[in-house]
Amino acid sequence: MKVDEKQIDHIAALGRLKFTDQQKKIFIGQFSKILEYVEKVKSVDINKIEPLVHTFDQHNVFRPDENKPSLTREQALSNAPEQTKGFFKVPRVIE
Amino acid sequence: MGYEIIIGLEVHVQLKTKSKMFCGCLTGFGARQNTQVCPVCLGLPGVLPVINKQSFEYALKAALALNCQIADFTKFDRKHYYYPDLPKNYQISQYDIPFSHDGYLDIKVDGKTKRVGITRVHLEEDAGKLIHPEEKESQYSLVDLNRTGMPLMEIVSEPDMNSPEEAHAYLTSLKEIMRYLGVSDCDMEKGTLRCDANLSLRPKGKKELGVKSEIKNLNSFKFVSKALAYEAKRQAELLEKGERIIQETRLWDEAKEVTRSMRSKEGAHDYRYFPEPDLEPIRIDEKWLADIRKTMPELPEARRSRLITQYGISNYEANVLTQEKIIIDYTEQALLKAKEQNVTLASVTNLTLGPVFKIINKQKIEFSEFTRKVPPENLVSLANELDKKTIVSTMSGVVLDEMFTSGKTARNIIKEKGLEQVSDKNALEPIIEEVIKNNQKIVADYKGGKKSAIMALVGQVMRASQGKANPQKVKELLTKHLG
Ligand SMILES: [Zn+2]
Repeated sequence: MKVDEKQIDHIAALGRLKFTDQQKKIFIGQFSKILEYVEKVKSVDINKIEPLVHTFDQHNVFRPDENKPSLTREQALSNAPEQTKGFFKVPRVIE
Repeated sequence: MGYEIIIGLEVHVQLKTKSKMFCGCLTGFGARQNTQVCPVCLGLPGVLPVINKQSFEYALKAALALNCQIADFTKFDRKHYYYPDLPKNYQISQYDIPFSHDGYLDIKVDGKTKRVGITRVHLEEDAGKLIHPEEKESQYSLVDLNRTGMPLMEIVSEPDMNSPEEAHAYLTSLKEIMRYLGVSDCDMEKGTLRCDANLSLRPKGKKELGVKSEIKNLNSFKFVSKALAYEAKRQAELLEKGERIIQETRLWDEAKEVTRSMRSKEGAHDYRYFPEPDLEPIRIDEKWLADIRKTMPELPEARRSRLITQYGISNYEANVLTQEKIIIDYTEQALLKAKEQNVTLASVTNLTLGPVFKIINKQKIEFSEFTRKVPPENLVSLANELDKKTIVSTMSGVVLDEMFTSGKTARNIIKEKGLEQVSDKNALEPIIEEVIKNNQKIVADYKGGKKSAIMALVGQVMRASQGKANPQKVKELLTKHLG
């Protein structure tokens, strides 16, 4: 399966990334190779196999509705590149 | 050309759990920003979410109340998008195997019942809150992640509603049911109920649906009706002019009372769903569902019909009294007691609908506070005094006010304050004579043939007796005097 530049642009847009033309060329090659590799899976006959939604054979793992201490605000914000007045500060997004 | 309005609603209901959906953080409203967050809901690396059982059971309860089919197997999925209110860059939601589907809700509009289909109900986590500072020059937005990870239930309806009124009735009924179940407060102002609408027009008699627009930002019940009415009119005008409707998302602008296009980066949604590997799937068996059904209260519509037959109250009374579960629970306890004690049921319902509601509204208190101070048996004893005509019916408000503030019984208050109805001729005569003397003009009117003038005199006597005189007796005595 061959990936084209449009697909690279789409993936970049979804990830909020910007690629240079040089990078795009490299990624077209690399993405195509990865997809070709994964394509091989399609050759397996899965007609009689139930879809697997989880690799563990477990279900109904719950916790009771109980409170546990949260972080302090200082801790919560400590990794934020920018903060102000107790908020995370991010580049403006307008709806 | 006439058009038929087609509306489908997507409602998000925040479930009333103590802790968040996948972590132990508090869920209270109005906490200081970023104080109810932990590594799990912040999406820090290496954490493991675990499903809050209560949130799942609340959701099951809601879906059962909406007559949904419950899946015997369900799972969670990751829905990917990048936005600053979503720290993990994916939302844990349900995609192809929601825990419930194909239900319905019966709504009432203009006395007619209509069935609205429910496509699916699924469970997901909420995102955080974004604040965009007012100043134009500000280059940033602010993020509060307290709401991140709160349990959220999404209820998607079929496009079965044909007017803003039906949409309003659907929302009202949904809210009522959720509050009866105790799974959510459904307070639009606080954001615990949020609604998006799809609206399209279809030329009358045609089968195919028209192009729809999705309307967001419907933050109150009033806005929903207004926005939908506006949008239907806007689309009709476009179609009349021979123009096309564009499929788009529109925002309701309350200040301008219009919907406007949200031109931003709508376009290519590509959520790249896949099964959430951090959460095991869930199997739901009949035993579990039976246990949940046992905890479900009688739902509002069923309760209304039963109350009407069991206590002979009117349709109107049933509607008003059942709006909140706590009110009808209280009233019904009082009605049962009244039945035992042979107290007139109407005396009880009249008290609830009149003076009780007046106290709640005037004092701006929760109904629970009222029930604590005036338990049902106290209300029944007041109804009993009214039945026995110990007090004039118009005094019931005064007595109830005092019962509420002092916690005393009706009997004690009536005694202490000397509020007994006065029917004694000897006590009433002097007052009547005084009133006649001071109101010669009204007396002349009455004698001149204006018989209704006597009511003005009765009123004067009532006032002079501080509301305690027996009105029938007063009228009788006045008639005699003037005769
Ligand atoms: Zn948390």
